[in-house]
Amino acid sequence: MNKRKAWGEMVNPVVRSIPSSGIRRFFDLATETKEVISLGVGEPDFVTPWHIREACFYSLEKGYTMYTSNQGLLSLRQAIVQEIYNKFGVSYNPKDEILITAGVSEGLDLAIRATVCPGDEVIIPEPAYVSYAPCITLAGGRPVALFTTMEQGFCPTADQVARLITSRTKLLILCYPNNPTGAVISKKRLQEIAEVVCDTDLLVISDEIYSKLTYQGEHTCTAALKGMKERTILLNGFSKAYAMTGWRIGYAASNPEFIEAMNKIHQYTMLCAPITAQIAALEALKNGHQSMHNMVKQFNQRRQLMVNAFREMGLPCFEPGGAFYAFPEIKGTGLSSEEFSLKLLAEEKVAVVPGNAFGASGEGYVRCSYAASIKDLSTALQRIAGFVKRYGLRAKTNVIYKSLVIG
Amino acid sequence: MLEILKLLENEAKLSTKEIAFMLSLPEEEVRRKIRELEENKTILRYLTIINWEKAGEEKVTALIEVRITPQRDIGFDAVAERIYRFPEVKSVYLMSGVYDLAVFVEGQNMKEVSNFVATRLATIEGVTRTATHFVMKTYKRDGVILEDKEQERRLVISP
Ligand SMILES: Cc1ncc(COP(=O)(O)O)c(C=O)c1O
Repeated sequence: MNKRKAWGEMVNPVVRSIPSSGIRRFFDLATETKEVISLGVGEPDFVTPWHIREACFYSLEKGYTMYTSNQGLLSLRQAIVQEIYNKFGVSYNPKDEILITAGVSEGLDLAIRATVCPGDEVIIPEPAYVSYAPCITLAGGRPVALFTTMEQGFCPTADQVARLITSRTKLLILCYPNNPTGAVISKKRLQEIAEVVCDTDLLVISDEIYSKLTYQGEHTCTAALKGMKERTILLNGFSKAYAMTGWRIGYAASNPEFIEAMNKIHQYTMLCAPITAQIAALEALKNGHQSMHNMVKQFNQRRQLMVNAFREMGLPCFEPGGAFYAFPEIKGTGLSSEEFSLKLLAEEKVAVVPGNAFGASGEGYVRCSYAASIKDLSTALQRIAGFVKRYGLRAKTNVIYKSLVIG
Repeated sequence: MLEILKLLENEAKLSTKEIAFMLSLPEEEVRRKIRELEENKTILRYLTIINWEKAGEEKVTALIEVRITPQRDIGFDAVAERIYRFPEVKSVYLMSGVYDLAVFVEGQNMKEVSNFVATRLATIEGVTRTATHFVMKTYKRDGVILEDKEQERRLVISP
């Protein structure tokens, strides 16, 4: 009898080559720790506003439990088009330029698979959201990291982008407001980058899932810039702004050819986004402004609480203009990101995410989510202050970095 | 200033420092403003919302609709005052509609409350009629859901 190969060897080597997420290992540890206060969560601590949930009960009572068209409910696509137009002045055709997806996650995967050919290079400014590089690798592409620093406000310069472009470069992924840094990009900077992108005929995937959570300056929609609408795949969703992470609902907007290509994959893999979630999203767009603004306001207060507390304890903290993360620099403690996070968890029962989980340029930082109750934030911040004091800070670099928008 | 009030209305235990951080104001300014608000009686008191049932304490609450004959010059105010001075009375509102005052009374048991209504409230001059409705269960009070089953359900760490 032939000796069978180990199951592991039968796994697609491309999949095998993808390192499992640094977050996952940390997740297991944090889950085992009792009574931990978690600042490691990438979702709102609010529950979906009641009127949105209520609209879904009603739809279920009425029997809305079937497939929708692959592209999603036309009424939802129309509402999305209207909102993008009102906010950013970009007009899309709801018939063939919008695709409803199961979260931005699916939109991202579709956008990459629809455009990236084997060997294509994709530029990702880092620190970056954890899904970009693996999705590119799975599509046969090659992720190319663009390192950004706190000193440059965690935003790439046009020059940095230009320097990384080769004959194989196909795509640039942008994500502002940013996870994990909270950085907001200025319109001017985005325009400079857009020029390079247009000159070199690149495509852009713009993940604007945190656009509504902008506290400083104004959000600039990449597609609104000159020459950018056609070459941008705009991704957005409902998870963050409306506290709807579990519903799995988002959308992509782009030219008809790209949307059609993405829809091709979508129809065979997802078929359509869940109808209940689509109905919820429609309710969110129609009547969700008040509850959304309420949440944004609270996030902003917590943001200031956290950032000011970090600065007071002597940790340099870049001013996060959006999203719900602060990204303090912890180099002064003499610990690496992972050491800091592990010791903080063990000694103070506070969970944060080591910055290097978001790429090598995140080393020396930790990501702290302020999507938590004021009570938990206060307790957690006190514990972190005690921790930092115990380990001491080498050079007291109390420099305050403002985000570029206001600078 | 409104922002300070809104924060305190939700969480009276916030420290001046926390408020200062949250609103990006100097702590000294926040302290001064709060003192001002307390002195001019914008902030009246810092109360605690308690689920007495959980504390094992039996209490009954009743809503009493009161109709009154308004008096010349002072309208409803004089009668209202005679009612709200009683410590048993927790809240009093002047209402539009079929009755005039909505009075919330708290007591140890139904007998005590009924007794109060019959001997104290109904007998006040100007009160023409009362209707007493006992509260059977409190679901939400002052914006707070008493038995909120919506707990934290998020994963500890997520991307
Ligand atoms: C930058 C970014 N993009 C996309 C997602 C995924 O969003 P969705 O829930 O819409 O799939 C997240 C979630 O953490 C995120 O932070």
